[in-house]
Amino acid sequence: MNALTQVVGGFLAGLGRAQFFLVQLLFALPVSLLRPRLVIQQLYMVGALSLIIIVISGSFVGMVLALQAYHALVRFGAEDSLGVLNALVIVRELGPVVTALLFAGRAGSSLAAELGLMRATDQLSAMEMMAVDPVQRVAAPRFLAAVIAMPLLAAIFAVMAIGVAGGHAIGVELLGVDAGSYWGQIRASVVLEDIRNSLIKSTVFGVAVAWIAVYQGFHAAPTSEGVSRATTSTVVMSSLAILALDFILTAFMFG
Amino acid sequence: MQSRALEILVGLFVCLGVAAVFVLTFRVASLDSVGSGDGVYRVTASFENIGGLKPGSAVTLAGVKVGRVKSISIDPVSFNATVLLEMSNQYSTIPEDSNAKILTAGLLGEQYVGLEPGGAEESLREGSQIKLTQSALVLENLIGQFLSAQTEKKDDGLAQAIQSLADSLKPPAASAPAAP
Amino acid sequence: MSTDQPKTVPEPISDALVRARALRFAHGPRTIYDGVDIDIPRGKVTAIMGPSGTGKTTLLRLIGGQWRPAAGSVTFDGTDVHRLRRAELYSLRKRMGMLFQNGALLTDLSVFENVAFPLREHTRLPESMIRDLVLMKLQAVGLRGARDLYPEQLSGGMSRRVALARAIALDPAMVMYDEPFTGQDPISMGVLMRLIRSLNDALGLTSIVVSHDVEEVLSIADYAYVIAQGKVQVQGSPAEVREAASPWVQQFLRGEADGPVAFHYRAPPLHEDLLARGERA
Repeated sequence: MNALTQVVGGFLAGLGRAQFFLVQLLFALPVSLLRPRLVIQQLYMVGALSLIIIVISGSFVGMVLALQAYHALVRFGAEDSLGVLNALVIVRELGPVVTALLFAGRAGSSLAAELGLMRATDQLSAMEMMAVDPVQRVAAPRFLAAVIAMPLLAAIFAVMAIGVAGGHAIGVELLGVDAGSYWGQIRASVVLEDIRNSLIKSTVFGVAVAWIAVYQGFHAAPTSEGVSRATTSTVVMSSLAILALDFILTAFMFG
Repeated sequence: MQSRALEILVGLFVCLGVAAVFVLTFRVASLDSVGSGDGVYRVTASFENIGGLKPGSAVTLAGVKVGRVKSISIDPVSFNATVLLEMSNQYSTIPEDSNAKILTAGLLGEQYVGLEPGGAEESLREGSQIKLTQSALVLENLIGQFLSAQTEKKDDGLAQAIQSLADSLKPPAASAPAAP
Repeated sequence: MSTDQPKTVPEPISDALVRARALRFAHGPRTIYDGVDIDIPRGKVTAIMGPSGTGKTTLLRLIGGQWRPAAGSVTFDGTDVHRLRRAELYSLRKRMGMLFQNGALLTDLSVFENVAFPLREHTRLPESMIRDLVLMKLQAVGLRGARDLYPEQLSGGMSRRVALARAIALDPAMVMYDEPFTGQDPISMGVLMRLIRSLNDALGLTSIVVSHDVEEVLSIADYAYVIAQGKVQVQGSPAEVREAASPWVQQFLRGEADGPVAFHYRAPPLHEDLLARGERA
């Protein structure tokens, strides 16, 4: 029984500490904006370096979706609706969610590992002793960069999946769906509201992944197991948070 | 650097907040439940065939949801289906002689009970029974009628039969459906 | 382990830069400091010695305000460190330099940029002046030629020297050294010892050296504390400390294998153990 209270207490304390940390991050954001070079550098590390995996994944997801959807729709003679199905599924669900999961795995884990290692080698302590606030200098720029990068990456994912390599390539080129009806139907059925909801989702996911990754890394135990635990916790907790948030957001947006 | 007690307290607060969001989400996702605000009164209606009507199906008047199907059972005497409807107290002035029909939403949609108001001064109350009902349309019966109408009248019997089929499959908001 | 009080009460240090009074600190269930008084004399090199895990590094973090004591106070130049608000604490820290055990250089910056870091963060000096200052600091530690290397290319000893240059970048009043000699080869150790002593005298610094390399640190210190079991075991000049009456301190200073700290971990007598095994088989 005592062990259980310890575990529960530890879990709640961790949640509480994460809240305080989030407040610290938010207060440090304005200062980070005054040093755009830090944010831009992190934007490169977190965003630009994630491009390859997002582009390739977007293409594959779009292609698979087109394949599956085509074979389901052709039975009703509705293969011309392929564009609509592809676009709506990607824009509303798969785009933000899959991008966020990939982002958590690639950028989230690298953020956590980097910060964890800085913690383990006393670099963050050294900064404190040099009278530089590590939250302002190190954590907040990374947090901000991740929040900015996520919606952008989700948009690129959607473009790749629906157009360029994904649905269009398979549907129009390979399976013979009419290009005009593919794109025309998309134009007709994907409304501004869908785009707006998609952006909201990807931004919310971005905040969740950024917060979890930066918190885990910053508060990692200063040992090698601590760093590895921080990295795996980041990926696991981010993934669960993304899926749970997706449920909540979808219910409110489309319920 | 906060005290551990404070951290646990904040963590607990966050947990409660998240749980509240989940509860709210489930309520939103299951849409508006009729009668949650004002209460309900129950009414029965008897149908020869309920088609695809299920407990939880909507009850509408002029296209607006005014209640839902609570339960469906078989009357042991007449072998008709007795449908128990829960009507929202918001709509307590529905005439007693209103008509209840089982209709289909769209072409292949789910079935619901559509009420057409009568002219009586008395309103439906708890325990009332809707006497005028129209059962669900069964596709096989319609086709049977269509084919028999075919053999009877040659000229515009076909056109008439197709017209009545089309009309009866339309949602009630359109023209008044013709009897099959 | 016996905890004899020192036989003579040391004279209070008149001019102390740092004063810790009635300091109490615990880490979880373990009490690290149990009502401890420590004075760090101004302008001198003070050694803090003790076995691993007694909390020597903890003392540095308490002085720097990174950790809060459960009771007692720490004053730096008359200011109570833990009563300050964050901005004031950060201001105070600019007057302290700290050398971490493994250097703690920022790995994404070059040697030059690491030393320039505090200057760039806290001053508005023009780049040309920063360049001159950085080169002079690197010259003082003998690494001016290494300025374009990156931390991963440096040896352990070189990392520490760069970290030392960084610690004195803002010309602080005090520098704290956390186990600077650990794991160093004799030459690196000699270099660091020389640097600590000469910088202290040349720049008028107050230095606190935390270490358990007894001979090395006592050879450069003006004053020394031996801390164990949450209390000061002995304090005074190196000569006074070497003559401490406590047997435990003597075992510690001489590095003897057996004494008040027993060689054998607690166990039943050997013949009992051997006999018992024989019987059970």
